[in-house]
Amino acid sequence: MKNKIYDSMDAAVADIPDGVTILSPGFSGVGVPRNLLAALHRQGAKGLTGVSNNAGTIDEHVDIGTLVEAGQMKKMICAFTAATHPSQVTPFTRMYNNDEIDAELVPQGTLAERLRCAAAGIGGFYTPTSVGTELAEGKEHREINGRMHVLEHPLPGDYGLIRCWKADKAGNLIFRLTQRNFNPLMAMAAKVTIVEVEEDIVEAGELDPDAIHVAGIYVDRLVKIPADGIWI
Amino acid sequence: MAEKVKLERQAMCDRLAMEFQDGWIVNLGVGMPTLCSNYTDNSREIINHAENGVVGYGPLAKEGEEDRHLVNAGGQKVTPLPGMACVHHADSFMMIRGGMIDVTVMGAYEVAENGDFANWRIPSRKGGGIGGAMDLAAGAKRVFIAMEHTTRDGGHKLLKKCSLPITAPGVVKMLVTDLGLFEITPEGFKLLEHAPGWSPEEIQEQTEAKLIIPDDLKEFRFRS
Repeated sequence: MKNKIYDSMDAAVADIPDGVTILSPGFSGVGVPRNLLAALHRQGAKGLTGVSNNAGTIDEHVDIGTLVEAGQMKKMICAFTAATHPSQVTPFTRMYNNDEIDAELVPQGTLAERLRCAAAGIGGFYTPTSVGTELAEGKEHREINGRMHVLEHPLPGDYGLIRCWKADKAGNLIFRLTQRNFNPLMAMAAKVTIVEVEEDIVEAGELDPDAIHVAGIYVDRLVKIPADGIWI
Repeated sequence: MAEKVKLERQAMCDRLAMEFQDGWIVNLGVGMPTLCSNYTDNSREIINHAENGVVGYGPLAKEGEEDRHLVNAGGQKVTPLPGMACVHHADSFMMIRGGMIDVTVMGAYEVAENGDFANWRIPSRKGGGIGGAMDLAAGAKRVFIAMEHTTRDGGHKLLKKCSLPITAPGVVKMLVTDLGLFEITPEGFKLLEHAPGWSPEEIQEQTEAKLIIPDDLKEFRFRS
């Protein structure tokens, strides 16, 4: 069996080049690959495009916003490009307002399904979401079963940074509760999938095959989160 | 006439929650709508869905009982209930677009008499915050809105036509404000219940759209 285990977060992200697309999951601070993002921040790759639910928060924890603030991202594709509340002005908001970063705003369900399509090798899908709004302007419209839909395209990534609960050496992944969110989709939509794991990585065969959320064939690199890593 | 009272946010959300029917799957938006979950009625089972992929979760976790892996769409730590299930984001929005959600409650900047609403973008600010709102608006069986009746400057929010970019056309079924409860009918806003001390004429003065005042107009119903 190919060894997928890396000794450190830094080693696992060392070869990520400038200019690639990074898939970064997590929702409301849960299931965020904070250790890998911290390593990519240290590594310093630039000109990156990020796909994430949001472009970072105002809390002190490492997230995609840490890379935004460091000037590593040239574009964000996400479901929020403005602060939801005037008190929530993030580094991204400031940079976006100053035209220092580009962004594409995508409804959250469309974002998830675009990732799923990329993973599934499907050329796109029609959704009623955003029909009749400004976001649908310029998109192909089609009436299906009496309802108007818009065409949305797949959204693949070069590198997926993933956070999971349990993994085995074959790369099979299990998530816990709402940690799952975008993680399986991004793990399957990325060309190279790098995973930070909360529990000790077990031998192949120790996880119940029926309980696996992401099959190991999608996973390239595994790193156990060290005791002094970021656990939130 | 009784003393004029503007409704508290909890009372507003209680009133929408009273409309939830036994067995409904309910998605509560971030912010004020989450207050709907504070209204409980033991005669009905309500199943909470959050867009981050949890269905059947329970009340907010007490201090010391939080599970770091279990949050609602607003990032609040919630508790598990027997029968809870977790799915990934594409499956969560499959439930939303696929018609599994009986009602979603959201906040809004504006609601129009044709059922359009706007809650994601203010053109004077760059960008927008959509989150799951457009998917929920397009996919849920019913959209309920909870918002203040006017802006802080006294500007109208119940309009003939939305002035801001809309989230979805023609989907709002019910609206609660600090002045009353409204149904969106094919003819426009119908005032169902008024805040204590407010006459229909006084509420109309605060409203751009023409209100339909039914003969059986009632006073606002509070939690008993």
